[in-house]
Amino acid sequence: MAASTITEYDTIAAISTPPGEGAISIVRLSGDEALQIAKNVFSGKDLTKVKSHTINYGHIINPRTKQEIDEVMVSVMKAPKTFTREDVVEINCHGGIVATNEILQLLLSNGARLAEPGEFTKRAFLHGRIDLSQAEAVMDLIRAKTDKSMKVALNQLDGNLSHLIRNLRQDILDVLAQVEVNIDYPEYDDVEEMTTKLLKEKAQDTKKRIKQLLQTAKQGKVLREGLATAIIGKPNVGKSSLLNHLLHEDKAIVTDVAGTTRDVIEEYVNVRGVPLKLVDTAGIRETSDKVEKIGVERSKKAIEQADLVMLVLNQSEPLTAEDQQLIKLTENKKRIVLLNKVDLPSKIDFTQLTEKIGKDELLSVSVLKNEGIDKLEEKIAKLFFGGIENSQTTIMVTNARHIGLLNQAKDSLDAVLSGIEANMPVDLIQIDMTNCWDLLGEITGDSYQDELLTQLFSQFCLGK
Amino acid sequence: MDVKQYAGKDYDVIVVGAGHAGCEAALAAARMGNETLLVTINLEMVAFMPCNPSIGGPAKGIVVRELDALGGEMGRNIDKTYVQMRMLNTGKGPAVRALRAQADKRAYSIEMKHTLEKEPNLTLRQGIVDDLIVEDGVVKGVITNTGARYGAKSVVLTTGTAARGKIIIGELMYSSGPNNTQPSMKLSGNLEKLGFELKRFKTGTPPRVDGNTIEYNATEEQPGDKEPNHFSFETSDDDYLDAKDQLSCWLTYTNEKTHELIRANLDRAPMFSGVIEGVGPRYCPSIEDKIVRFADKPRHQLFIEPEGRNTDEFYVQGLSTSMPEEIQQQMVHSIKGLEHAEMMRPGYAIEYDIVSPYQLRPTLETKLVSGLYTAGQTNGTSGYEEAAGQGMLAGINAGRHALGKEEVVLKRSDAYIGVMVDDLVTKGTNEPYRLLTSRAEYRLILRHDNADMRLTELGHEIGLISDERYTKFEAKKAAIEAEKKRLESYRIKPNDQVNEFLAEKGAAPLKDGVLASDFLRRPEVTYAKLTRFIPEATEKIDNRVIEQVEIQIKYEGYIKKANQKVEKLKKMEAKKIPDRIDYSAIEGIATEARQKFEKIRPETLAQASRISGVNPADISILAIYIEQGKIAKI
Repeated sequence: MAASTITEYDTIAAISTPPGEGAISIVRLSGDEALQIAKNVFSGKDLTKVKSHTINYGHIINPRTKQEIDEVMVSVMKAPKTFTREDVVEINCHGGIVATNEILQLLLSNGARLAEPGEFTKRAFLHGRIDLSQAEAVMDLIRAKTDKSMKVALNQLDGNLSHLIRNLRQDILDVLAQVEVNIDYPEYDDVEEMTTKLLKEKAQDTKKRIKQLLQTAKQGKVLREGLATAIIGKPNVGKSSLLNHLLHEDKAIVTDVAGTTRDVIEEYVNVRGVPLKLVDTAGIRETSDKVEKIGVERSKKAIEQADLVMLVLNQSEPLTAEDQQLIKLTENKKRIVLLNKVDLPSKIDFTQLTEKIGKDELLSVSVLKNEGIDKLEEKIAKLFFGGIENSQTTIMVTNARHIGLLNQAKDSLDAVLSGIEANMPVDLIQIDMTNCWDLLGEITGDSYQDELLTQLFSQFCLGK
Repeated sequence: MDVKQYAGKDYDVIVVGAGHAGCEAALAAARMGNETLLVTINLEMVAFMPCNPSIGGPAKGIVVRELDALGGEMGRNIDKTYVQMRMLNTGKGPAVRALRAQADKRAYSIEMKHTLEKEPNLTLRQGIVDDLIVEDGVVKGVITNTGARYGAKSVVLTTGTAARGKIIIGELMYSSGPNNTQPSMKLSGNLEKLGFELKRFKTGTPPRVDGNTIEYNATEEQPGDKEPNHFSFETSDDDYLDAKDQLSCWLTYTNEKTHELIRANLDRAPMFSGVIEGVGPRYCPSIEDKIVRFADKPRHQLFIEPEGRNTDEFYVQGLSTSMPEEIQQQMVHSIKGLEHAEMMRPGYAIEYDIVSPYQLRPTLETKLVSGLYTAGQTNGTSGYEEAAGQGMLAGINAGRHALGKEEVVLKRSDAYIGVMVDDLVTKGTNEPYRLLTSRAEYRLILRHDNADMRLTELGHEIGLISDERYTKFEAKKAAIEAEKKRLESYRIKPNDQVNEFLAEKGAAPLKDGVLASDFLRRPEVTYAKLTRFIPEATEKIDNRVIEQVEIQIKYEGYIKKANQKVEKLKKMEAKKIPDRIDYSAIEGIATEARQKFEKIRPETLAQASRISGVNPADISILAIYIEQGKIAKI
């Protein structure tokens, strides 16, 4: 319905520092609900009650999962003495694109809308804050970026995703049409009364599907940020060579001067389109005399951080206690167990090995002779992309705006369900259902109320 | 030979057409103190119902209440002349409950005519308006077919289906207004000369049958309600008709035989032979339309409704058709209960001219001619209530225009009338427009029970609600607040009586005391039940007050959410677009948006944002351009 087109008074949010790994990033919020939204994701003082133009220390917390995201300083500036003359909140976080994005994401899921290009300045102008020439610059910006951003938006909107969302909306529309028919044509006997029971089933089903979509957002995140990968194994098993080998695959990234810049760039390798973010590369390179001391403890930490573990074993030796321990530690992880040094005679006990390790997890290689590395790469790619295929869909939600809208859509379904719980009449519950439909429509760009009427009259034979 | 013209009297406001729109327009204008002339083709047809003998229903019933709160006549008139009253959707929430009355058509018409006659500033006259007097884009009066030139400061056109009306029954086709009255053949052409774009729409009616020949036993009886309800906030429940004094409707169905008959004769159906050019409504299809579009439906409902108290004529709702008379007779006889029914009048389709509503402002004034207003079917709507709602708004604005007062616009969040007018002038319509509750985004706020809360203030300000009624309204408001406050301050203790009641309802017992208002929020608790556990109020509380208290407390959460959205919208509604804005001078607006802005000329940013095909970037640029203009002037 038309309500979703009222965007001028939304509370907007954006990252207002240049992207990259600056020391501090700022996420800015502006609008009537800025304080409330910030309050909802902040642990510290109640931001709606603090004085204007103050800086407040605290943490950003995901209110759904209670997970802490970053340690922050939050500036609260109340209207009208602000840049936009609206309430403005600026969250200064520790930077790092990941945390910053996550904070923005959280704000979008809690009721803010992603700001359009130039929108903060536009608001400043509309509220009489800046002069004419600046205003013209803003208009140019909007003009220039509209085409571009629409293209970008279209590109972001993967065909499969929009197809899926449209399906979801169509299902909701069927429900809405039935509710509407019951209301506008109460004497029409041909349509089943849309009961709260039916509505509940629909809401639960839709919620499940949205949740699945949101799970893919995680995989999308992996694509953006890399799959955290740990190479572990006892000393001298070939970890370092394997690392080098992998790094050499990506000649664009690798530098030959190991040890100097490694923490900055050497962490990332691209294996057949899968970005691997290698955890604790320093640990791998450390000389063996130290490893004995920190050994397993350090591995433990690396395993914890990793989405994927490559456990290297030396097949030319029997399994040691340390090997056993590492096998156990990685049990519940996505892992590839590499039996290195196949160029040497085998001394490892295979029966013992396959008791603890799935056959498809095992791979024999010789890093030294470059044997089996192809297979390893294949396996990594298959693990990653195959995993996604197995989750029934290749659709991935990666766009912050989409994730925000999906989270809000999920919230409105929760409102539907709690309305049913509270025994509210169908036509009130339907308000939240419609809201969900509208929010999904904002993803695909269709939010016309006419759809409902068309559905109504094509589905049911109504009238005098 | 041309009719010789003569100078008639000068009026403040002239209303053309005395249908449901025209009656409200003329009464509103006259009651505001304007010398008003109401010209209509046939004085026997004042407030005539050529279609269903009923008023109200979902959305429509709410419009009637809104009219009443603004000081309109439809609610009072139907309360005086109904033969059956029914509250629909009683099993649903408060937002969609809908009152509907079966009307005594003749009594309704006579009563309204008499009301018009009694109105001091109002002159009722039979005649056909053939042309408008317009000078420099300003309306100056009208010219009738008898040669009279009447002057006026504002003119309201409510021509209904009389505008170049054409009745179609099978192969038969002739120029006619509704129910075989004289059509208005010249005015349309003159409107086109003034530059108006007209369109052809179509609507239709079913056959009427002789009640003495109906087998009622073969149908299902649909009686009226025992529980009293009225449309007007002024009508007392004491005046409610006993159920036994109300007339029933009768439900029957079409069947395969009916459908076969229609299918076999589709070549004679004007709807499908290409004879009918006008666009018909999706929601009020003819029976032949239903059978073609929904071929697998084995039957369709038919409601047999009395046309009045002093007649045996019955209206067969659901059987709207333009099939040849011969086939109509056979169709009627194929229906259970109507096997021997005598058809008194055949159904017919009627085509007529409308003024494409994008040419109107949200006040219902035309953009082309200042002081000229249009309302009702002329604007592409269908339905008595839709017509009356627009007539009221057009009458108010025509009256205020004549008085030199500021115009009135109803917002989408104010009233269903506002939703309808905004839809018409912003989106236009490709078919006769009917109000549906689903057209309103804030229907929880636009309830029938709170129409007085929403609009009485405005009605009083305009001068259509008397001081006496306004005082009563204020007392009602105060009583609601007082009772809410009382419930919010009284604490119910967890005693045996309360917990027995809760156990009976299968709810968990109270452990701690709870505010009466919170107790009322529980699904199993109604106000009536609540009164058992709280002290009696010091004064007797009116049922209408209780209704408000109950709804406002029980649905507070939803109402609050809706109000937040409305507040946001109101800010955008407050951003006016200057009427002299030159869209071609704004760089950067998409071509489609520019064309639509130029055509529709929205008056606020909110209206602009509702135009289909306009994206948020266009609205942003427009907003900045307007703001720029303000700076440039300084």
